Amino acid sequence: MFKCIYNGEKEKTAGKNAFGATIKKMVAADPKVVYLDADLMNSIGTFGLDKDYPDQIVEVGIQEANMIGVAAGMSAAGMKPVAHTFGSFAGRRVFDQAFMSVAYAKNNVVIIGSDSGINAAYNGGTHMPFEDICLYRAVPEATVIDATDSAMLASILPGLVERKGLNYVRICRKNCVAVYSEDSTFEVGKANVLRDGKDVVIIAAGYMVSESLKAAEMLAKEGIDAAVIDMWTIKPLDEAVVLEYAKKCGAVVTAENGNVVGGLGAAVAEVLGEKLPTPMSMVGVRDRFGQVGTVDFLAEQYGLTAEKVVEEVKKTIARK
Amino acid sequence: MLTPLKKLALQIRIAQLEEFKARGFGHVGGALSITDCLAALYGEIMNIDPKNPGWEDRDRLVMSKGHAGPALYATLAIKGYFPMEMLKTLNANGTHLPSHCDKNLTPGIDMTTGSLGQGASTAAGLALGLKAQKKDARVYLILGDGESQEGQVWEMALFAPQHKLNNFIAFLDNNKRQLDGYTSDICSIEPVDEKFKAFGWYTLRIDGSDPDKIVEAVNDAKANQGDKPAMIILDTVKGAGVKAIEDTKLNHHLNVGEEALGYIADLKAKLTE
Repeated sequence: MFKCIYNGEKEKTAGKNAFGATIKKMVAADPKVVYLDADLMNSIGTFGLDKDYPDQIVEVGIQEANMIGVAAGMSAAGMKPVAHTFGSFAGRRVFDQAFMSVAYAKNNVVIIGSDSGINAAYNGGTHMPFEDICLYRAVPEATVIDATDSAMLASILPGLVERKGLNYVRICRKNCVAVYSEDSTFEVGKANVLRDGKDVVIIAAGYMVSESLKAAEMLAKEGIDAAVIDMWTIKPLDEAVVLEYAKKCGAVVTAENGNVVGGLGAAVAEVLGEKLPTPMSMVGVRDRFGQVGTVDFLAEQYGLTAEKVVEEVKKTIARK
Repeated sequence: MLTPLKKLALQIRIAQLEEFKARGFGHVGGALSITDCLAALYGEIMNIDPKNPGWEDRDRLVMSKGHAGPALYATLAIKGYFPMEMLKTLNANGTHLPSHCDKNLTPGIDMTTGSLGQGASTAAGLALGLKAQKKDARVYLILGDGESQEGQVWEMALFAPQHKLNNFIAFLDNNKRQLDGYTSDICSIEPVDEKFKAFGWYTLRIDGSDPDKIVEAVNDAKANQGDKPAMIILDTVKGAGVKAIEDTKLNHHLNVGEEALGYIADLKAKLTE
């Protein structure tokens, strides 16, 4: 069960600290859990864990492709690997290794891509993954997750190492806007209805969940009753909830921190197009590259704001 | 007088030619060149149980040059992992014997390979995972020479000595040719033995056409590799054991027709010499 605590404030715990603490708990609890990193441990809260767990913490160095292959091999040897690098590399740089050595070979690996979308901020366009969700959605049987906040990340990570195949999770290293209480629990593949409504449903993931909740509050002041769904598992998509709310509201707006090409909006559109054509709009990066800037600046640049969600909601409702 | 391993190598060549002939084509050159190594591995070196392919403490082989799968399938069938008759299903629709090795389809295949370079890392991961669990099993890896143009091989070549993977023995099937021609003309990997030495591997370079010498080299590696991974460069001939195929310059992938019956007859004659 989850509890939504959204009030617009940020979490006290940075994503990287929650991640590091969770990995520490996992390796301590299970000798088969192994953590691999490609020279980014000091950026993600796992630095120094190798001193206490030398057989379970593998610093691979700057060789992401090798890291994913090693993780796949460790899975085949009976271990439960979690491999981290920045989302830009966790997607496009290792895609063939993730596809063949992990997914096709049916090895079980959790791949963590940090700095989701505009959260890459000052690392800029070279490091800004807008394409990772699209890439991993195209891998058969993969699980694709955009973690909403640190509370969710800490809750779901221990269970993911027990899942079969390729599990990709994009995360934010910084302090997210708090959406969930720390004792919340989640079920992979099951979306969370954070706010009920009848006029429109906003289906969001990751960074855009809190923006969508903010948008719903703005819309309420104008008499528009918006439902907000956190579609944190983008694959397998919770089709039942998409169809239920599309039918109930008659208008759908998706919101994601990445390219709309092949992302969450595309996943929702695929379901609606085949089963329940419904007026919809996608808030997300409209097929552009990233750039350097603050998260707020980038959100304005790419239209990843509550205001943009409100605008698209009104347009979509007008098409009913 | 044939030694048991040389006899096994002949049997593997005969079985794989029958396998290729049943389909009519295949990656013949690089399958034949690694046959003597497979005879050494499955005839003597590896600690395996064909009746229990999933045995947790078994030695593993990663055929990173996954297109040599048919040579490995012939070896596994001879060892009893599955019926010899199954070899005739190579690449047939719905087969358990695909062009490239697939651990989820074929009993005895320890890792899925095919996209070159990737078996290097999965083999290193297997070795590291077994060590982390204090298991004594060893991991063997077969790389191609053309495959060693892939950057991932050299990422792993740095990684394995760093992690002291001394339960890890790799072979490089240095058959000198790749799909488009001679490796030395396309993107030379030589002096490949010196490269691996420089990367921190216990490295040997031997004639790869003699399975008994391959066993000796593996015993040398086990005795002397210390805390290093071992690399055994096998100088081989692409298409080894069938003169007409050896003499075909571009022999990576060939049609295999009635002429194979003659090759098989010649190999069978050698078996009884």
